[in-house]
Amino acid sequence: MGTATDTNQAAVALSGVDVAFRLAGGVYTAVGDATLTVADGEFVAIVGPTGCGKSTLLNIAAGLLQPAAGRVDIFGAPLSGLNRQAGYLFQADSLFPWKTALQNVAIGLETAGTPSSQARALAQTWLGRVGLGSFADRYPHMLSGGQRKRVGLAQVLIRDPKILLMDEPFGPLDAQTRQIMGNLLLDLWSADRKAVLFVTHDLEEAIALSDRVVIMSAGPASRIIGDWKVPLARPRDIGEIKLDHAFHELHRDIWHRLKAEVIKGYALTEGA
Amino acid sequence: MSRARLILLQVLVAVAAIVLWYMLTTYKVFGKILLPPFFFSTPLDVAQQIVDWFASGVIWKHLWVTLEESIFAFVLGSLGGVAVGFWFARQPRTAAVFDPYVKMVNALPRVVLAPIFTLWLGLGIWSKVALGITLVFFIVFFNVYQGVKEVSPTVLANARMLGMSERQLMRHVYWPSALSWMFSSLHTSVGFAVVGAVVGEYLGSAAGLGYLIQQAEGVFDVAGVFAGMFVLAAFVIVIDAVVSLIEKRLLVWRPAVGESRP
Repeated sequence: MGTATDTNQAAVALSGVDVAFRLAGGVYTAVGDATLTVADGEFVAIVGPTGCGKSTLLNIAAGLLQPAAGRVDIFGAPLSGLNRQAGYLFQADSLFPWKTALQNVAIGLETAGTPSSQARALAQTWLGRVGLGSFADRYPHMLSGGQRKRVGLAQVLIRDPKILLMDEPFGPLDAQTRQIMGNLLLDLWSADRKAVLFVTHDLEEAIALSDRVVIMSAGPASRIIGDWKVPLARPRDIGEIKLDHAFHELHRDIWHRLKAEVIKGYALTEGA
Repeated sequence: MSRARLILLQVLVAVAAIVLWYMLTTYKVFGKILLPPFFFSTPLDVAQQIVDWFASGVIWKHLWVTLEESIFAFVLGSLGGVAVGFWFARQPRTAAVFDPYVKMVNALPRVVLAPIFTLWLGLGIWSKVALGITLVFFIVFFNVYQGVKEVSPTVLANARMLGMSERQLMRHVYWPSALSWMFSSLHTSVGFAVVGAVVGEYLGSAAGLGYLIQQAEGVFDVAGVFAGMFVLAAFVIVIDAVVSLIEKRLLVWRPAVGESRP
């Protein structure tokens, strides 16, 4: 287990976090006693079976949810309210449908007080970076799923957050597009190495992208049950790295541990 | 189906209906006229009446009055609906307190209000405008309320994470969402503005399409009643086309039906 213990340095530090929801039948504990740190500049992936509370953990780090117990520190300071240092890429469509691609990317700067012309010029640059330079005037419904994710990525990164939270951002995309998006993400990330917390149910994606893979158990009260360092060199190509011997060994190790949880999680959600 | 073919078929339906009407009011079937002209008039008489109205120019005054009433009813009803819709959606407590009263007033048939409005506001256009407002207000109000309530939670969370303040959320998230709901009901609310105006005129006035129809009815002039109805129908179709044009411009960001991508 290679978790950093120095919480002062960590971009995100969760310690002993419990998350509970009040439901009709009583209180449902989604996450129990989660402790996790993400160092500055580190790319951490969280993998777990469906419904294990991966997204819940992200929402805690974002400040969108308050934990029932435990503490959340961002760069050494306790988090209260929204996490202003974080950018969040959501799983579901989160673009403003009534704004063009350019307006969607520029809005995060405009609301922070950047003059509109300046914000739009920078937004155009960012659209170019994600390969959508000529799509500035399109509305979200005129873009494909992959293109919308690119706009979303630009929308978040233009604000230059210190921490990037990603909730299965490429989940709804087809396999080829995911691979392209993964490479794009690594490309952009390598420019300034933000701390990344990346949630996915796809173990291959997790290993290919990250520095560390964290495994969660099936819910309720899911816990963190494993933490692996990924000893693969960067820069990486998502397509090629999957052919690497070290990749396979690590995949086998983690999958061995994860399999039992996936079966458990499946049984729970399917009511079997 | 091509556009030309569609229009051809649409015209064909009208022609068939008018020919059938003409036949049944003019020729005997089994020794009997099935639609006596006294009760059903004939297409020729109705056409003659319409031509007379336009030739003499009397109709323009009535059309203008009805249009004026409809526009006032629509604009004022919409403004009220947007304001109250927003207020209730953002203040759930206020909404809860007023909820039964909103339901009560909305369930009331507006026709019963017409005499009261006439009493309060006189026989001029404002009693008709008031009747139209009571119809338009609730449609816009319910849609704006829904639009503010049904903002996608993901879009809202995203807006928060992008650093929007409460005021910015209002402007960039709630407002566009509410407007899109309101515009999607534009056809209905404009239609109701016209209904309010015409019904108001019918129940007591000195001008307007409703007045024309009511006058013709008073002297059993069936051709006049039908002519009034046809002019009213054409009037509504023209207004509807204008609304479609406005809608297309304002909701450019929305996918057309069948065009949306998964």
